Amino acid sequence: MSSQPLLSLENLSAHYVSQQGARVVRAVDDVTLSLEAGGTLGIVGESGSGKSTLALTILRLLPPAARIVSGRMMFEGENLLDKSDAEMRRVRGKRIAMILQDPMASLNPLFSIGNQVGEPLRVHEGASRASAWQRAVGLLKSVRIASPETRVSQFPHEMSGGMRQRIVGAIGISCEPRLLIADEPTTSLDLTIQAQYLNLLRDLQREHGLALIFITHNLGIVAKMCDQLAVMYAGRVVEQGPVSRIFSAPAHPYTRALLGSIPRMTDNREHLTAIDGQPPDLAALPPGCAFAPRCPMALARCRAEAPPECAVDEGRTARCWLAVPDADAKVELKRSTVA
Amino acid sequence: MAVTTPPLAATAAADVSPTAFWRLKGFPLIPVMILLFIAFVAVFADVLAPHDPQVGSLARRFRPPFWQEGGSMTYLLGTDHVGRDVLSRLIFGARVSMIVGITAVLVAGGIGTLLGIVSGYLGGWADQVVMRITDTWLALPALTFAIFLAAIVGPSELNIIVILGLVYWTRYARVIRGEVLSLKQREFVRLAIVAGCSKRVIMWRHILPNVINSAVVLATLMLGVVIVTEASLSFLGVGVPPPKPAWGLMMADGKKGLMVGYWWLTVLPGLCIMLMVLSANLLGDWLRVKLDPQLRQL
Repeated sequence: MSSQPLLSLENLSAHYVSQQGARVVRAVDDVTLSLEAGGTLGIVGESGSGKSTLALTILRLLPPAARIVSGRMMFEGENLLDKSDAEMRRVRGKRIAMILQDPMASLNPLFSIGNQVGEPLRVHEGASRASAWQRAVGLLKSVRIASPETRVSQFPHEMSGGMRQRIVGAIGISCEPRLLIADEPTTSLDLTIQAQYLNLLRDLQREHGLALIFITHNLGIVAKMCDQLAVMYAGRVVEQGPVSRIFSAPAHPYTRALLGSIPRMTDNREHLTAIDGQPPDLAALPPGCAFAPRCPMALARCRAEAPPECAVDEGRTARCWLAVPDADAKVELKRSTVA
Repeated sequence: MAVTTPPLAATAAADVSPTAFWRLKGFPLIPVMILLFIAFVAVFADVLAPHDPQVGSLARRFRPPFWQEGGSMTYLLGTDHVGRDVLSRLIFGARVSMIVGITAVLVAGGIGTLLGIVSGYLGGWADQVVMRITDTWLALPALTFAIFLAAIVGPSELNIIVILGLVYWTRYARVIRGEVLSLKQREFVRLAIVAGCSKRVIMWRHILPNVINSAVVLATLMLGVVIVTEASLSFLGVGVPPPKPAWGLMMADGKKGLMVGYWWLTVLPGLCIMLMVLSANLLGDWLRVKLDPQLRQL
């Protein structure tokens, strides 16, 4: 905790601006996060809450309509926002790697596995064809592909989905990055394969001292994989902190609702618990807290004024008036009535 | 397509696997044989031609083909208005058609594929510029445009190749750009971006190999178009300059004789052009269906 974090995002905002500038979509808004070397950060949120945009922002790969409007992104002591495009290219795949959502489509059907696993080595380290191929064999072994010597010269269509995703993992770690961003890497896999893959990622993380950002909407995966958690809602981080503490005592009503909507084996409820209402239109956010219209505990103040990010306890923050320590009597009253 | 049970005789010779069979289903055997034959003739024209295609003798002009009265086995397909052997000229004409057709298609394909990839992948102003040029190009009638260019640079075999390439690259650019637009949304391209590949590497390694199929299909289909255009230009006198034997030129030379019964001077080269173009198109159609079902609406 004392040393400098590997990655720290400070008040980072990335907005999509329409051509006339009339519509501004705050896809990532005032996000402050940090990640220690070797740590695992889970980012959860509904579809459209800005998780994937945040990942693309870190790699500076936003679509042309989006721009980073403010903030800093410190990675190993350098501000990624100060880098030129060419310098950023040397960061991507070399120091920060990413695994995408769809493993079935992530490999080029026309090239052999060895060729593709070795590609980052050739691009970033100028490895020769032969040495890249040799190292690809080793990488396949490290992602537990059986008989890597034969697999390396096969083509993507000869592999199963789980294998392909492991190969994509091998591409991710090929240049020994410090940070790996996994954007819903297991969404399209079977449950059993998912578990295998998550174990593999954890082992790789341990062996290589890799920091991991895990983007998912599956809180079960967060519980298994992550030590830090950030909950995103409408482009903002509404709560963040150590996973165990957030799970045992969520501070933000949205986190509480998310956790409450997980069905449990012991439940004998008729219906699944859902969060009422729809996520807000990011181009027309309400003046107060974005979650207020759906929040069961919303106060008058919540609708008028956006809550600041405030410390709940050691290492944990939430953006909620209910979590503000100098909460006035009204809040206490409301809280007691709800409880 | 339903797989019908093969007859017993066919099952007996079952060393042909079902996939290999399916792949070759509907293979245009005759067109391919015709094309191979023309290619063979073009390559070995020097050996095959019985006479010099450019030297004739006025003493034996307008000899008919051998099966007609007055024909002889020395000049199998007759002689033209200056007594040159028609068969030899057809044989050397095949060489001209093949060389011009294939290289012009390669030139057009090279320019078009390159610009299509660049415009589709980079988007933005590069895309705008290339596509507006393409629109303008396509609005010009191809043949008129080619005649115009030929009138400027003057007729020669090399010029014809360049002109045809310049006239027809836009069709490639259009189709390839469309392919690239969908390819660049694919995950493997995004993974390459995320892995830090430069745009050049992505276009070269990840986009180009994936559009080669379409480019090959287009090339076979364009071969016919290009050969007809070359013949038209030669016919109009702005193509391959005489006395070089080109099929279009032979038709132009023979057209006056058509009315007075010297039919072989026009019909025979016309037949050659037709056979070659038809074969190229049939092969192209088959390849199109085999290699890329999405191109069917082309």
